[in-house]
Amino acid sequence: MSELIEPAARRIVALVPVLIGVSLLVFALTAIGLGDPARAMLGQRADPELVQQIRRDYALDRPVPARYATWMARLVRGDLGMSYHQQRPVAEVIAERLPATARLALAATAVAVVVGLGAGVTAALRPGRLLDHALMTAAVLGISTPVFWLGMMLSLLFAVWLDWLPVSGYGDGAWANLVLPALTLGAVHTGTIARMTRSSLLEVVRQEYMQTARAKGLAEWRVVAKHALRNALIPVVTVIGIGLADLLVGAPLTETVFAWPGLGRMLVAAVGQRDLPVVMGAVLVFAVIYVLANLLVDLAYLVIDPRIRRGR
Amino acid sequence: MAAEVVALPLKRGVATSGDRGRGRLVAGGVLVAAFALSSLLAPWLAPYDPAAVPAALAQGMLKPPHPAHAFGTDALGRDLLSRVLYGGRVSLALGLGVEMVAAAIGVIVGLLAGYHGGWRDSLLMRLTDVVMAFPSLILAIGLIAVFERPGLDKVALVLIALGWTTIARVVRGATLSLKERDYVQAARALGAGHATILLRHVLPNAMGPVIVAATIGVGGNMIAEAGLSFLGLGAQSPTISWGTMLADGQTFLTSAPWVAFFPGLALLLAVLGINLLGDSLRDLQDPRLKP
Repeated sequence: MSELIEPAARRIVALVPVLIGVSLLVFALTAIGLGDPARAMLGQRADPELVQQIRRDYALDRPVPARYATWMARLVRGDLGMSYHQQRPVAEVIAERLPATARLALAATAVAVVVGLGAGVTAALRPGRLLDHALMTAAVLGISTPVFWLGMMLSLLFAVWLDWLPVSGYGDGAWANLVLPALTLGAVHTGTIARMTRSSLLEVVRQEYMQTARAKGLAEWRVVAKHALRNALIPVVTVIGIGLADLLVGAPLTETVFAWPGLGRMLVAAVGQRDLPVVMGAVLVFAVIYVLANLLVDLAYLVIDPRIRRGR
Repeated sequence: MAAEVVALPLKRGVATSGDRGRGRLVAGGVLVAAFALSSLLAPWLAPYDPAAVPAALAQGMLKPPHPAHAFGTDALGRDLLSRVLYGGRVSLALGLGVEMVAAAIGVIVGLLAGYHGGWRDSLLMRLTDVVMAFPSLILAIGLIAVFERPGLDKVALVLIALGWTTIARVVRGATLSLKERDYVQAARALGAGHATILLRHVLPNAMGPVIVAATIGVGGNMIAEAGLSFLGLGAQSPTISWGTMLADGQTFLTSAPWVAFFPGLALLLAVLGINLLGDSLRDLQDPRLKP
């Protein structure tokens, strides 16, 4: 176990400059020119007193580096500023919305991993056959379908016409409400995982140890399960990590289609209301989730593949 | 490398993936050609003026598909087929235009970083690390929020600002290995200048992966534009965009599903064609990366 600690620590330390960069970029969203940020937030005919208050709150009269320092000092304490539209702390607004997005993202990942792995393994067992073609065509379709359109079509079919599931809404956390959004958000991810599983398995099947396993007289399913899948999983874990980006990107669209009370829809609404502190907070939280998820993927490698622990 | 892989003892069936690759190349090519032609020829193909609102609005609005209006009409009685055709022009122009600028920036930055190394390279890598630490559409939404009011021009700017990083990294990687090749060393020994080496010896050999990345990037830009316009953060009326048409479509999803169906299907087919084309181009480059 101790051999895991050093490479794991190295990866965590490597995140520090990235996170500082992320904070700089988010800060730049408010700092880059474009006139007076206070007026941009409040509109041209804003109450002058309110404008003055925002200038003071955000230290807009001070040089940019000083403003960044002020902003960072607050950020470290978990203070993301005040929402202009809702008149309460941004951190509170985000904390309220985060569980719905997390629930949706986890459900979508579960769908994608189960269906994607299943389809990928099935396709790889009989490469070049009809089922392989059909599954891989479905995978490319999944990757190419715009999530918001897919969401509308699924909702039309299963909710409006067949009346099996609710059209939209959170339904106080009812499972039935989760099905369509999770399928929609997971579609791209499912396609990517299926393709990667297939190509990675086909690559592994060519290796000599597979011939050895067969020569030993093992049943084909045991060869696949014990020897091929374990080795093929390494690139698949990467794709699950990369796919998280698809999930987070799809969140605002899927949440808008299904009136899901998550972080994505909140971000879109905040842009419409010119509620810049909420926009910055949400963008920052999305980026941090993404960076941390990728860290988890990196750490998962260390556990799965002993070679990576020693290498590099 | 490729020959070695093919020579290994394989299970039956893998050899047929060549046919499959050709099938995908043809399917992708046909879809992309159909998309490009219908967009270019929209003024001649469209049966109606895409913005024309019929005089008798009450009778003309939200009509289901029938011979006079193959895709039906929208809430203002406008012909959806004509609007889908014109929407394709916007989608294609934006997807292609953004990618050309982004790829040009990416190529220049990648060449310089890979060739010179040192602080320029470190700066580039850290910058792309940071941009890539964001899920792209989320950062795009954040950037759009900075502007006073949304619009297609802002979408283009934002997508360029985010889009060059992938290609810069691809070109940097290729340049790093190419600059050590014997023929590049030979050119240098013969007294060729930096510009000659980069443009005549390095760039042409790095173009393959750039073309693949840019092809897939065009589809990504189109999806991003449609998504942003769908959210109300992109194209604004009267600009005809598949994304805004889809937003209208959602309003009338239960009563007039065709309003959302056709623009979405058009976007799906166009992006599918681009992805198939990009995939087959990548396979042609590196047979080991078959999906």
